[in-house]
Amino acid sequence: MSTTELQQSELPSAAASARSPVREVLHSLSRSGSFLTGFTIVLFWVVCALFGEYFTPYDPLADDIINALMPPSAANWFGTDQLGRDVFSRVIVGSRDILTVAPLATLLATVAGTTLGLFTGYFRGLVDDIISRILEAFMAIPVVIVALLAIVALGTSKSTVIIVIGLSFSPIIARTVRAAVLSERELDYVAAAQLRRESALHTMFVEILPNVIPPILVETTVRLGYAIFAVATLSFMGFGIQPPSPDWGLSIASNYGMIGGGFWWTVLFDALAIASLVIGVNLVADGVQGALND
Amino acid sequence: MVFLGGQVLPGNVGRAILGPLADQRAVDALNHSLGLDRPLLVQYWDWITNFIQGDMGMSYIFRAPVAPFVIDALGNSMKLALVAFVLVVPLGILGGIVAALNVNRPIDRIISLGGLSATVLPEFVTGIIFILIFGVWLDWLPIAAAWPANAGFFTQVYYLILPAMPLFLVLFGYIARMARSGMIDALDSDYTRTAVLKGLPWRTVIWRHVLRNALLPTITVIATQTGYLIGGLVVVETLFRYQGIGSLIFTAARGKDFPILEAGILTIGIVYSVATLVADILYSVLNPRIRLGTEQ
Repeated sequence: MSTTELQQSELPSAAASARSPVREVLHSLSRSGSFLTGFTIVLFWVVCALFGEYFTPYDPLADDIINALMPPSAANWFGTDQLGRDVFSRVIVGSRDILTVAPLATLLATVAGTTLGLFTGYFRGLVDDIISRILEAFMAIPVVIVALLAIVALGTSKSTVIIVIGLSFSPIIARTVRAAVLSERELDYVAAAQLRRESALHTMFVEILPNVIPPILVETTVRLGYAIFAVATLSFMGFGIQPPSPDWGLSIASNYGMIGGGFWWTVLFDALAIASLVIGVNLVADGVQGALND
Repeated sequence: MVFLGGQVLPGNVGRAILGPLADQRAVDALNHSLGLDRPLLVQYWDWITNFIQGDMGMSYIFRAPVAPFVIDALGNSMKLALVAFVLVVPLGILGGIVAALNVNRPIDRIISLGGLSATVLPEFVTGIIFILIFGVWLDWLPIAAAWPANAGFFTQVYYLILPAMPLFLVLFGYIARMARSGMIDALDSDYTRTAVLKGLPWRTVIWRHVLRNALLPTITVIATQTGYLIGGLVVVETLFRYQGIGSLIFTAARGKDFPILEAGILTIGIVYSVATLVADILYSVLNPRIRLGTEQ
């Protein structure tokens, strides 16, 4: 720890007032162990998703039937799968689809949820009652069931997965935003905006929205963890990302049938990859929550 | 003061079920009706009245009445869910209590962090890891939940332990966390301090004063987890090739077997509503402050 940091921690109030809120949050994030651990894990997989193909030893999609189901060795660190594809290369590149679909779904959930939350929290009354009841009903059905139905109706594609997960998560974000807006709208600046005859839309999105960003940010990072959970599960069920993508959930789905034969390497590394990514995102969410609630 | 919240919920679930179902019917019945207008409602009404009389229609794939499939599958799923619940409820509550009595000590950290990580992991991931460890490497437990015909009670439970583990892990985290925070709140409360100051033995304080109050929110959580459990069952039953309601719905969705799909989902909705109702009743029995029909 440098001397300047020590001085700052000795004088928390003076240091806090000197810094902007954003820098303060970044500062406390940089000192949160769980955030840094999670961030490192997530960053690792993002790098793999973006640049994985440049440093994988083999083409993750190249078949090599003669060398199928080889156990881990110096040549194939994680062994090969039933088509002779290198498991290590596939695990590295397998982060790409899930790291595209899950964040997009979370983004959709955040945008839709925030909008709904602003409307229900701002207008209250009948609008709120009706929308809130519908959202509650939605929350009662498990995502997997919604996804099953949507995919039967719409067919399997990445965009279906994004829409299904995005829409099923939006009520939860809407509920958080609504709660924040309810307390925010009683404050004087909202009354001032109303007296200036600003439009309701302006009051909601320009005046209130910036003030409810922290809870939205927390909810978004938490949802991202669940989105990865959901995307992985749907891919495993065969309703998400489709072959020949080296996606982790999909790889497990196509290989776990042989698990009884002792071919553990075809599924273990994918399972660990999902586990590490999910835990990483949750550590980040934990850190963000801690930093914003200080 | 407090209303019976569950009275709203089952109605909501009914509507929720109707939503996606109506959608399916629209897709299904594209040739004879469009959108959510009257014919669809009439059709829906016919179907729902038949359902209540036990006639769930004919499966497209099996060319047989749906009802026996759904009932068998529901029975199997309930066995699996029961094994998971019997394991997780006492252990989860115990874990939460132990953690709360040792706040911020290593044991609390282990239970809280372990529970949290277990909760966020997808069931098929933990399932695969458990299959590898206990089914393949140690060879202690069977890896498919298919017991021989005429298997006795204990054999069936033996086959269900491994499939119940992923569900156990997810639920353990939730239940332990709720029990822990409920305990901490109760331990901090004035009535606990009063009880201690009255000179009651610590054991009596915990049993009679703390636990009763601490476990109330936990019971609600356990009931709301039924919704989760249904989603989890779809995954776990697929992974372990278990003939439950989850895998039935999964197969029906893949094969576009709408009668089974609809009957399965309506059944789940009913189970969910009943679970919520039971939780509400249990809650009011345990908490004398909320009694049915005596709200101020």
